[in-house]
Amino acid sequence: MTEILILRSGFDFNGIYGFFDEFMPDSLDWLVFLITSLILAIVIINAVVLSTALLTWFERRLLGRFQSRLGPNRWGPFGLLQPIADLVSLLTKEDTIPEGADKPIFTLAPIVFLAPALIVFSVIPLHGGSFLGNLNVGLIFVIAITSINTLAVFMAGWSSLNKYAMFGAMRAVAMLISYEIPMGITVVAVALVAQTLGLSDVVLAQDIPYILVMPLAFLVFITAASAEMSRTPFDLIESDSELGAGYHTEYSGAKFALLQLTEFMAPIIVAALVTTLFLSGWRGYGPIPGPVWFVIKTFIVLFGFVWIRASWPRLRVDQIMGLAWKGLLPLSIINLFVVAIEVFIFNPGENGLSTTDLWIMTGVNWGVTIIAIFAIFNLLGQSKSERPVPVISPLANMYANTNTVKKITDLAEAE
Amino acid sequence: METDTAFIIDVVFWIIAVCTIFSAIAVVFLRDVFRSALFLVVTFIGVAGMFLLLRAEFLAMVQILLYVGAIAVLILFAVVLTRDVEQGSPFNGYIAPALVISGLILAGVIFVIINTDWNMTSGEIGSEELTFAFSETNIVGNIAELLIKKYVLAFEAVSIVLLGAVIGALAIVRRR
Repeated sequence: MTEILILRSGFDFNGIYGFFDEFMPDSLDWLVFLITSLILAIVIINAVVLSTALLTWFERRLLGRFQSRLGPNRWGPFGLLQPIADLVSLLTKEDTIPEGADKPIFTLAPIVFLAPALIVFSVIPLHGGSFLGNLNVGLIFVIAITSINTLAVFMAGWSSLNKYAMFGAMRAVAMLISYEIPMGITVVAVALVAQTLGLSDVVLAQDIPYILVMPLAFLVFITAASAEMSRTPFDLIESDSELGAGYHTEYSGAKFALLQLTEFMAPIIVAALVTTLFLSGWRGYGPIPGPVWFVIKTFIVLFGFVWIRASWPRLRVDQIMGLAWKGLLPLSIINLFVVAIEVFIFNPGENGLSTTDLWIMTGVNWGVTIIAIFAIFNLLGQSKSERPVPVISPLANMYANTNTVKKITDLAEAE
Repeated sequence: METDTAFIIDVVFWIIAVCTIFSAIAVVFLRDVFRSALFLVVTFIGVAGMFLLLRAEFLAMVQILLYVGAIAVLILFAVVLTRDVEQGSPFNGYIAPALVISGLILAGVIFVIINTDWNMTSGEIGSEELTFAFSETNIVGNIAELLIKKYVLAFEAVSIVLLGAVIGALAIVRRR
């Protein structure tokens, strides 16, 4: 990934601003601001887009391995140039706008979709500070800015004037709003333990990685985040068997490329966020520099995401909403409750919680996690939840034995 | 750096102010309800920008999180369920009561603005002492203190109103 090369100490807003401010006259301060912002924007966009291109290749190769096939391997060494070929193929397609679509909103939607992803990347601390320096409300910033994505999905679905796009958008909004709540509550727990809202300060507070201190928060966050970026176990907003392609059914050409780019960018951002919040960010052992540790950890999380995608089937609509409201929300509240009591008992002063406190919390929280997960999922187990009566498709059973059909019907009625 | 950014802050203020007011006017005058809802989002973001200029980063982020991320989406959801979205916002016979109500609200806001003591701190925006004062202030902690201690009754009353709204919605759905 390109972040390593460009990141040295001082490569943030104040650093670049100071560099230009030295030889520019005071009256041209606005120009210095503009140049600094432009440089930062160019660096961030290129770094993120390049990493995203690499990720598409990595994900497709890895999915190939998981499914006992090769994946893209023709174009370039190991198929590394495949993303570029895909991009050329996408950009040379005709950019159609459907008749009767709401044109300004249709055009704006991909931009509104992409912008938050890029903005979030500017505050993730890669080494000590982020591109924008040390933001003191980084945690809330990330959650707030990513919530704008919901709006873009809605804009895309509505302006397409296509019922499948609209269904996809409706599902997306319902799902994204539901999963934002457990995600927000786990982030509150992280802020409580770290005693700060700044992302860099959260990393500095992690003498023990929070994945050990709060395993429950980690699990809830990972699940909610994969739903937020609508990857495979949760990708019913664009489930191709029911909805065409969901909210981007009508998109093609460059606009479709932007939408796809953002969807593939989401895992990188979430992985970087998980690294920051739960895997102690750039901190590591030995002579290896911080950004390398950061990239390694991010990479491991990304591998986990691809693994999840390759292993789990898609959930149904009712299962997804049930998981959010009956599963993740109680779990996140239990976690917040326990953590809040622990922080209240240990009563950290100015210096935050000590390592001993954190180890005690680790022990308690692992017990709580195991008990809570068993309790919640035994309450919600498959046997307890209502399953819809299976409808026999006439096509699927065209050649089937009539006895089998009768058996299934009897079973359905018996249930 | 802090002393010579006052000019830039002025420029940014005017850009944000004009955008916010323009989009607020668009919300009222556009016929397409979906578009006016989107302009409402622009207004919310403009207000968040104002909070940022006032060094209230936490409030700005909460503004975006709650208003853009949640309330605007709910408004869009409701808009999509209405009939005839494109022509859905015609002028109707309620102009007189609307004028009275908005006049009352305007009077209230003006009253509050006039009666507020604005000279809490001396010094211009961007001056060094003010920056120092802001960096020393724990805004999140202060807001939490006020909400949980001083204004706890109002805070809880708001929660009860929301709870009532939820129960009311459930009751309406159940009756069918």
